Amino acid sequence: MTETIPLRTENDIVRARHVVREQARLLAFGLVDQTKLVTATSELARNTVRYGGGGVMRLEVLNESSRCGLQLIFEDEGPGIADVELALQNGYTTGDGLGLGLGGSKRLCDEFEIITSLEQGTQVRIVKWK
Amino acid sequence: MARLQGDFATRELTRVGAHGKSVRRRGDGMSIERIPILKLGEFLLITIQVEMYDSLAQILLDDLAERIVETRVRGVLIDISALEIVDSYMGRMLSTIAETSRLLNAVTVVVGMQPAVAITLVQLGLSLPGIKTALAPEQGIDLLRQVLGQSEPQHDRNDSPED
Repeated sequence: MTETIPLRTENDIVRARHVVREQARLLAFGLVDQTKLVTATSELARNTVRYGGGGVMRLEVLNESSRCGLQLIFEDEGPGIADVELALQNGYTTGDGLGLGLGGSKRLCDEFEIITSLEQGTQVRIVKWK
Repeated sequence: MARLQGDFATRELTRVGAHGKSVRRRGDGMSIERIPILKLGEFLLITIQVEMYDSLAQILLDDLAERIVETRVRGVLIDISALEIVDSYMGRMLSTIAETSRLLNAVTVVVGMQPAVAITLVQLGLSLPGIKTALAPEQGIDLLRQVLGQSEPQHDRNDSPED
């Protein structure tokens, strides 16, 4: 099952947080893990809206034989990230934020992957396993 | 004349707003909300009961700075017990609020952070240095009194000229 949430405005960021919270609850994630997932969602959705010029979040429940998890993909068609290593460092920002968004989200999840190319956009995929 | 135009403009915006389109600066159909700031004796009390988003946090900062100057309070209590997450933007806004209040001669105490929020914030890399916290509003008020009591200059003793 895949659900796609548009990310264009601040309101969409709030909606994305709600959808992820609800799904994490349904999968019976613990409260701390729910909070980590929703916080990572807030960071990455904000990046999509602010720096990516808007995009979508794709939410998918992953079912494997021994475990289940929640996968979130944040996609935009923005300017891309020139130096991913640099962008992942704490404190690096091109905007007015703290620069904790990407690196921080990585620490809150079990899997984290960025696919980006200049002028073609950015895709950030995160997974949290239960 | 200018006022008439202003009134008309306000009505126009309200009408547009009622149709679910843009209201003032916001382009996404959300109306402008405000978080209430209550004066409670010698302190200001802010209880965040709504979902936080970036521009709401910015409005709160602006409103609070104004209220501190207007009421001349020395202490601000912010209750975040209803916040299910604090991300890096909101965390930074709490720091900015505390710092701004300090420059305006007020001490800020954040109370009621949920344990899961605290764990997540630290893992995110944000430990909010410079922010005073207490577990519940009562302890927050005690902490404010304690901090302010210590920093209060002792006028009575020093003002009397020595013989």
